[in-house]
Amino acid sequence: MRYEVADSVAGAASLLAGEAGQSYVLAGGTDLLVQLRAGMISPDLVVDIKGLDETRTISESGGAYTIGAAVAGAELGEHDTLGTVWPGVTEGAELIGSTQIQGRASMGGNLCNASPAADAVPALIAADATCTIIGPDGTREAAVADIPTGPGSNSLGKGEFVVSINLPSRPANSSDAYLRMIPRTEMDIAIVGAAVNLTLDDDGTCTAAKIVLGAVAPTAIDVPAAADALIGTKLDDDALAAAAAAASAAANPISDKRGTVEYRIKVAGVLTKRAAKIAYDRARKGSAS
Amino acid sequence: MTYDLDNLKIVGTRPIRPDGVDKVTGRANFGADFKMPGQLIGKVLRSPHAHARIISIDTSKAKALTGVKAVIVGEDMIDIAHELSQTGETAIDVHDLSLNVLARGKVLYDGHALAAVAATTAKIADEALALIDVQYEVLPHVIDVDEAMKPDAPVLHDDMFTKGLDETPTTPSNIASRMEMGLGDVEEGFKHADIIIERSYKTKAVHQGYIEPHAVVANFAEDGTAFVWCSSQGHFTVRDLCAKLLGMDSSAIRVIPAEIGGGFGGKTTVYIEPLAIAMSKLAGRPVKMTMTRAEVFRATGPTPATSMDVKIGVTNDGKIVAADCEFRFHAGAFAGSPVGAACMAGLTPYALENARVVGYDVVSNTCKSGAYRAPGAPNGAFAVESAMDELAQMLKMDPIEFRHINAAEEGTKAIYGPTFKQIGCKDVLVATREHPHYKSNLGPNQGRGIASGFWFNVGGQSNAAVNVHEDGTVTVVEGSPDIGGTRAAMAMMAAEVLGIEYERVQVVVADTASIAHNDGTGGSRVTFATGIAVTNAAEDVVLQLRTRAAADMGIDVEDVVWQDGSAQATKGDAKSMSLADIAAKAARTGGIIVGRSSINARGAGPSFATHICDVEVDPETGYIEILRYTTVQDVGKAIHPSYVEGQMQGGAVQGIGWALNEEYFYNEDGLLENPGFLDYRMPVASDLPMIDTVLVEVANPNHPFGVRGVGEAPLVPPLAAVVNAIYDATGVRMTELPVTPIKMLAALDAYKEAAE
Amino acid sequence: MAKIHVTTTINGDPAEFLCEPHETLLDILRDELQLTGSKEGCASGDCGACSVMLDGRLVCSCLVLGAEVQGSEVETVENIAQGDKLHPVQQRILEHGALQCGYCTPGIVVAAKALLDRNNDPSETEIRYWLAGNLCRCTGYDKIIGAVMDAAADMRGEAS
Repeated sequence: MRYEVADSVAGAASLLAGEAGQSYVLAGGTDLLVQLRAGMISPDLVVDIKGLDETRTISESGGAYTIGAAVAGAELGEHDTLGTVWPGVTEGAELIGSTQIQGRASMGGNLCNASPAADAVPALIAADATCTIIGPDGTREAAVADIPTGPGSNSLGKGEFVVSINLPSRPANSSDAYLRMIPRTEMDIAIVGAAVNLTLDDDGTCTAAKIVLGAVAPTAIDVPAAADALIGTKLDDDALAAAAAAASAAANPISDKRGTVEYRIKVAGVLTKRAAKIAYDRARKGSAS
Repeated sequence: MTYDLDNLKIVGTRPIRPDGVDKVTGRANFGADFKMPGQLIGKVLRSPHAHARIISIDTSKAKALTGVKAVIVGEDMIDIAHELSQTGETAIDVHDLSLNVLARGKVLYDGHALAAVAATTAKIADEALALIDVQYEVLPHVIDVDEAMKPDAPVLHDDMFTKGLDETPTTPSNIASRMEMGLGDVEEGFKHADIIIERSYKTKAVHQGYIEPHAVVANFAEDGTAFVWCSSQGHFTVRDLCAKLLGMDSSAIRVIPAEIGGGFGGKTTVYIEPLAIAMSKLAGRPVKMTMTRAEVFRATGPTPATSMDVKIGVTNDGKIVAADCEFRFHAGAFAGSPVGAACMAGLTPYALENARVVGYDVVSNTCKSGAYRAPGAPNGAFAVESAMDELAQMLKMDPIEFRHINAAEEGTKAIYGPTFKQIGCKDVLVATREHPHYKSNLGPNQGRGIASGFWFNVGGQSNAAVNVHEDGTVTVVEGSPDIGGTRAAMAMMAAEVLGIEYERVQVVVADTASIAHNDGTGGSRVTFATGIAVTNAAEDVVLQLRTRAAADMGIDVEDVVWQDGSAQATKGDAKSMSLADIAAKAARTGGIIVGRSSINARGAGPSFATHICDVEVDPETGYIEILRYTTVQDVGKAIHPSYVEGQMQGGAVQGIGWALNEEYFYNEDGLLENPGFLDYRMPVASDLPMIDTVLVEVANPNHPFGVRGVGEAPLVPPLAAVVNAIYDATGVRMTELPVTPIKMLAALDAYKEAAE
Repeated sequence: MAKIHVTTTINGDPAEFLCEPHETLLDILRDELQLTGSKEGCASGDCGACSVMLDGRLVCSCLVLGAEVQGSEVETVENIAQGDKLHPVQQRILEHGALQCGYCTPGIVVAAKALLDRNNDPSETEIRYWLAGNLCRCTGYDKIIGAVMDAAADMRGEAS
C-alpha cells in the first residue's frame, strides 16, 4: 500500500485515477482504517485529502453552505450558524461515534462509505443537499441521494471523489431533525434512522416537507407519501400518525444482528413522527425569534 | 489473632493505592507493553468453520516464506490424558485444554486455533498464515444448548458418554454430565403448596469484556528454561498449565506477572502462552503474541448460554415449601461449564426444607466457556429471582418481605452442604427495604425491581513475605495479581498490624520464581486469603521485633508488647523501641527481619447481595433506560471501602449489560457475527446513572479483619433486578436475555394484542 | 516498499520516525517510540484506550495512520502530569479509587482532560456523553464521573 498526501483537489483526482489497483480516499479514516485493520480491504493506494482547503472548510454564501468533505463532525458542531440553520444535518453528523470519532469522522466519508445506516446521510438527502465531485474529467455536481447505490457501493467513477457537500439556502420558518434508534445511548450503528425537513408558513402550517429513512433499505430512502401527510397540516396527531404509517409502509428492511424486519418497520414510523415534531418545534421557534 | 474492628487506624480508610500513580500516568506495564531484543511476532490461524474435520494442514509454503522462524500445528503438541488441574476457583482438564490451544482432528468452533506462526514482523506472520493450506470437511454444527442435548444433534466428541447417570450410556452425546443435589423431599413439599409456578428461562453467552487483550512474550533458552511475561489472573497457573501442556518442569518456567487489564475470570487459563513458548523453542528467539479483539471474542471463554426451568411452591403466607430446578448450561466445545456452581448457588439465599436442583453440562460448537465472575450464579439467580418476583406478585406481597420470610440465616443448611455461620442475608434485605431508593416514587412507564444473590467466595493457597528494611520501611512480597486494588489492601493490613504509616509499606506482586505458589486471583479470594497470609507474615515480623527488643532491653519477650508501632516493656523501665529503632540494629541482632506465611485459607465467608433497579421503558421503541440503581451487599469488613464500592458498582453494571444488550450472536453457519465492541454492546458511560452502594459489614469470623470476598456477588442479582423492573414498568415478564429493544417491543406488542 | 519518514512533535518535543504506510499512530507510539501508555483494546475506535490529542483534538490513535501526523502535534498520556505534579484529573482518579485494573485509565485521563480544557464546568450528563467512547469494564463509571466532576471543580479553583 502507498500513502500519498494530495497537494490539490486536481492532484488527488489524478493520483486516484492513475492507480491501476485499488485506491481509496482518506479523510477522517474512521471507516477506512477499521476496514484496513480487519482485512476487509487491501488498498494499493491511499490518498489523504485532509490537507486541502476545499475539503476542510465550511463556507456560507447567501444562506447556502458548502461543507468540505473532510470536515470532522466536531467541527460541524462547533460552527457558528450551521447548527442553527440545519440542526438535523448537524446532529446526524454529530451522532457518528464517540468524541474521539467526532474529531475525525467526516460527512463525506460517511456518504461515500455508503452504509445503509449512515447517520449523516438521511438528513442531507432530506435537505436536498448536493455534492461537488472532482475526477479525471473535471468537476461535476450530483445529488447526495444519488451517491450511495447499495451497501458499501457508490456511484463515483474511477478517480472521482467528493470534495464538498452543498446545502441550499432555505426559506423562513424551516428546520430539520434527525433521530436514530440504537440499543445504547452512544457508539452504535442505527437500527433505524429518520430525517425530517420542514418549511412552515407564518401560521405554522407545513408548506413543504421531505422525509428520509435510514437503515430500512439498501440505501437511505425518500418517502414522499410521509411528507405529503404533513403538508397542509400543523402536524396534528392524525397527520403525524399518517406520516408514521407512510414511513412504515415504505420501509423495506432486512433482519440482521442489529434488528428485525418487524422492528425496523414499526420504529421507522415512530422516529418519523418524533423527528417531525422536533423539526416542527424548531421551525416554529425559529419563526418566533 | 483477630483485631478490634472498632479501633483500627488504617483498615477502613481510603488511601491512594501503591500502583496508582503508574496507572494514571501510563507507566504501568501490561501484557502487551513489554518487548525483548530480537523478538518475533507470533500469530494464530483460526477455524473459519463452526465444526469441521481437518483433512490436512500444509504448512510448507508458510515455512518457506522469508522471515518465518517457526510454524506449529496441533500434531506438534504432546498427547496428554484427561486430568483435572486445580487452578483455584475452577478445575481445568489439561487434555481438553491442549486441544483448545491447538486443534487436532477436528475444529470445534469458529475461531478454534489450529496453527501458529512466528516471524520477524507482524506483516510476514500474517502472510504466513495466509499461506497455510487447510482442507476441511465441514460438519453439521449445533450452538443452542437445548438443541445440543437432542438425540439427533451433531455430536462433538465420539468419546463423550454422559457421566452422572445411573447407567453410563452406550452412545456418545453432547451431554458431558448430569448432576443432582437436594434437601428434604420435593414431591412431599409441593403437596403443601397453595401456589406453584413453573417457568423456563434462557440466557445467551456473554464475554468478560476485559479491555486488555491477552498478550505474552516468551523466551525459551537452550538450557531448557523459559521466561514468560504475560498478564493473567494467576501466573502460577500459567506456569503449571504451560508445563503440563509442553512436558516441561514447573521450575523451568518463570512467569513474570504483568499488570493485568481486567480479567473477571477470563484470564484464569492459557491460550497463546504455550504457543509462544513452543515457538520460541523452535526459533531460538523470543516470541511475542497479542490477541486482536476479534480473537478475544472468538476464541476465549465467555460464560455459557443457559436454559433453565424453575418450579417453586409457596403457601399463602409466603413460605416456600418446595423448589425444583433444572439448569442446562452449554460449556462450549469442551466439557466444564459452571453449572455445578449454579446448582449450588441459585436457591441459596433461602432457607429451604425441600429443594432439588438438576444440572446438565453440555458441549456445543462455541468457544470453550470460561470462568466469569461468580461463574454460573448470575444465570441461576436470573431464573430463581424472576420466579420469586412473580410469586411475590401472586401473593400480593412486598418482594423484599417475601424474600425476608424465606431468607437464609445463621444455622440454615445450604443445598450444597454446609450450615451457615454468621451471614448477612437478612441484614442486606432489611438495609434494602430501608433505603430511600426503595421508598421513592416512579413516573409513567417506569418500574422498580429487586433481586438477591449469593456467592460462596473461596480461600485457597496464598503466601507472603514481609521484609523489614534497615530504615524502618517495609516491603510486602505477595503472589496474587492485583486486578482491582489489592496491593492497597495488603499494604493497609500490614501497616495496621505493624503499627506504622501506610506510606511506609510497599507491595510487590512477585514472579513465580520469587515467591512460592499462590492460587490465582479468582473466587474473590485475594483480600481474604492473601490478606490472611500478609497479616500472618506481619504478625511474624511483630514477634521477631518483640524478641529483638526484649533481648535489647534484657527482659523476656512475654514482657514486651507491640503497641502503636513500637515494642513496649510491660515490666521494668526500658525505653520503648520503634520498628525503625529495631530495624536499624537488625544486622547486629541476628540479621534482617523477614516475616513469612504460607496458608491454604478456609472459611471464606459467603456474600449476599440485593439490588434495586428502576427502569423506564419506551412503549414505542422498547428502549430501556436504567434510571436509578442501588446495590446492597454483605461485604464483611471493608478494608478499603472505595474499592469495595467499585466492585459492587462494576459488577452491577456488567449485570446491566448482560440483561439488556450483551450476547454472542451466531449466524446460521454457526459463525460469531459480533466479535467486536461495536456489536457486542457493553454499557458505555452515557447509558448509566450513578450506582449507589450500601456496605453491610457483617464481619467474617475466619479473617483477622473480618474480610469477605466482595467481587463476584454483585454480578449475581442484576439480571433479575432489571427484568423484574421491566415487569413492574410494563406488566410484561421477559424470560430470555438479553432484553434488547427489539425483543422488548415485540413482547410489548404481543402483550397489547393479547389484552385486546 | 520504502518506509515513510515522518517528522512531528510529540509531547512538545520534535520527533521523527519511519513507518509503513499501513501502520497506525498507535503502532508507532507503542512500538517505535516506546510510549506504551496508550493502550490497544480494540483497534477499531470502539474502546478509547488509545486516546491521544492530535492537533488539539481528541482522537483514537488506532484510527490515525502514522504517516498522517507529519507536521502535527501529538500529545499522549505520558505528558499529562507536569514534572512530579499530577493533573487534577489524575489526582482525583486516584483519590476516588476510580480505577480498578487501570487499563482504560490512560485513555480516560486524556479524554477527561480534553473535556475540562474546553469546559471546566460540565454536567454529569456532559461528562458521561463525552466519555462514551472510553469503555471501562471494571468500575461501572460511577467513580470516574465523580473524579472528573471533582477535577473540574479543582480547575475552577473551588475548594472541595
